[in-house]
Amino acid sequence: MDRRDIGRFVGMDQAEEEKVFQERVDAEEKIEPKDWMPDKYRKTLIRQISQHAHSEVIGMQPEGNWLTRAPTLHRKAVLLAKVQDEGGHGLYLYSAAETMGVSREEMIDDLHEERAKYASIFNYPTLTWSDIGAIGWLVDSAAIVNQISLQRTSYGPYARAMVRICKEESFHQRQGYNIMMTLMRGSDEQKAMAQDSVNRFWWPVLMMFGPHDSDSVHSAQNMKWKIKRQSNDDLRQKFIDQTVEQANAIGILLPDPDLKWNEERGHYDFGEIDWEEFRRSMSGGGPCSRLRLAHHRQVHEEGEWVREAMRVYENKKRSNQEAA
Amino acid sequence: MGTEISVKEYVVRLGDDALILGHRLSEWCRNAPFLEEDLALSNVALDFIGRASMFYTYAAELSGQDVTEDTFAYQRDCRDFKNHLIHELPRGDFAFTMVRQYFVDVYSLAFMTSLLESSDSRLAAIAGKAIKESEYHHRRSEEWMMRLGESTQESHRRLQSAVDELWRFTGELFDQDSPERELVANGVAVDTRALEADWNQAITATMSKISIEIPKDELQVTGGREGKHTEFLGFLLSELQFLQRTYPGLEW
Repeated sequence: MDRRDIGRFVGMDQAEEEKVFQERVDAEEKIEPKDWMPDKYRKTLIRQISQHAHSEVIGMQPEGNWLTRAPTLHRKAVLLAKVQDEGGHGLYLYSAAETMGVSREEMIDDLHEERAKYASIFNYPTLTWSDIGAIGWLVDSAAIVNQISLQRTSYGPYARAMVRICKEESFHQRQGYNIMMTLMRGSDEQKAMAQDSVNRFWWPVLMMFGPHDSDSVHSAQNMKWKIKRQSNDDLRQKFIDQTVEQANAIGILLPDPDLKWNEERGHYDFGEIDWEEFRRSMSGGGPCSRLRLAHHRQVHEEGEWVREAMRVYENKKRSNQEAA
Repeated sequence: MGTEISVKEYVVRLGDDALILGHRLSEWCRNAPFLEEDLALSNVALDFIGRASMFYTYAAELSGQDVTEDTFAYQRDCRDFKNHLIHELPRGDFAFTMVRQYFVDVYSLAFMTSLLESSDSRLAAIAGKAIKESEYHHRRSEEWMMRLGESTQESHRRLQSAVDELWRFTGELFDQDSPERELVANGVAVDTRALEADWNQAITATMSKISIEIPKDELQVTGGREGKHTEFLGFLLSELQFLQRTYPGLEW
């Protein structure tokens, strides 16, 4: 008999169920929607996956702002395909969360009521074209580092969504890096533009990995359940190590005077993150946080008549079919 | 002056139609009524931007100078653009966008089918690609006419008002000036006047199914092919071209 069903047949109590669950997790078995799981595990995943979905969707705004201003037809098409992909990722992730018994409407409602968060990086405005490059390069790189790790997360639908998403993200990362590379080969103004974007986005991107392990409230249990596979600090270090080389290759300076190679550790050392700024942007103090949510709410409200028309139409079609 | 110039002009006109509509459609990305529509409208936008790129690239080759597809998109002013006016109108609400799309899709499908027979093999090849896209666009926008036409009072009202607004921009699709007529005679260009009756019939059939009235004897607004635009195009271009205008002559 499959271990996942065992509890139901032998009338296990909660503690035993949890023990079996943990054994399955330890054995790297994927947990599937119909399997028994602790309530807290389910809640944590709903929170994490829906926030991940919201981040993809809210993330369409800062980049979407440049769709009508992209400097060439090629850049315009690539950016449009990219922002479209982000929306697609939102869809996969909403679907993954729905396998845990929460509807997309409920999740969107939680976002609008500010019960659910999204990545604070998207509360920063895109002011110049090179911000599109910086987001593609840095934000998507950071997302990839995090998401590669999540390909091994214990919840099956989430892990599989990550596999699909990572494939597309690497194309995004390349398009961002390509924008930066092109700018760094260009005029003085273009170089300054690119450098300025990195100056503004570097620290917020480092904050994407979350607080230091020592300050992270959820980490221990999430690691035990293998929701999280690598710690915030390890992922951040991995991102920094790979990004320094990429920055050097195109002549971008990363705005951290403490950034230097540490032979002994085999990693780059880096300066202290301004966590006060992180808390401010997480709690709605980022320059665009009100705007992002207000935009999402407004679009959602404006679209209500269309969704209503769809529901009515589908119902009509169904009852016509039944009558026929 | 042979037909070379005219062919180029014709190709640019077709590029302008595609670019301006693609641009308007791309405005929906992150603004659609639900996520699946953000993706679907972006797909259609991408098809039109791709179409613009194919036409402009061909026009650039015909120009034979230091000209690229982006020269046409980013370095011309309002009066140089020759798109049909219907494409430049602001996206409006979802009903407005879908009615415009339906009108354009029925037209494009017939247009591309005819362009497939062009004596210009390059244009025929572009039509070959575009026609497959237009078939999909057409299925989609027609489906939306049904959904919006046969569901709620509000969606029906919005649909009717979109048709009322847009109707006066449809006559222009079938107008042809003398350079175009010359190219029709050469077998290069599509005889759009020949498309009008079928187009009318298809639209009328759909609209009568969903009880939408088509305005009668409405004065038609024209001028796009002469570069006489609505005021909306200037704003669209200032956004579209802003980077190339601010930093001229650079690689992006």
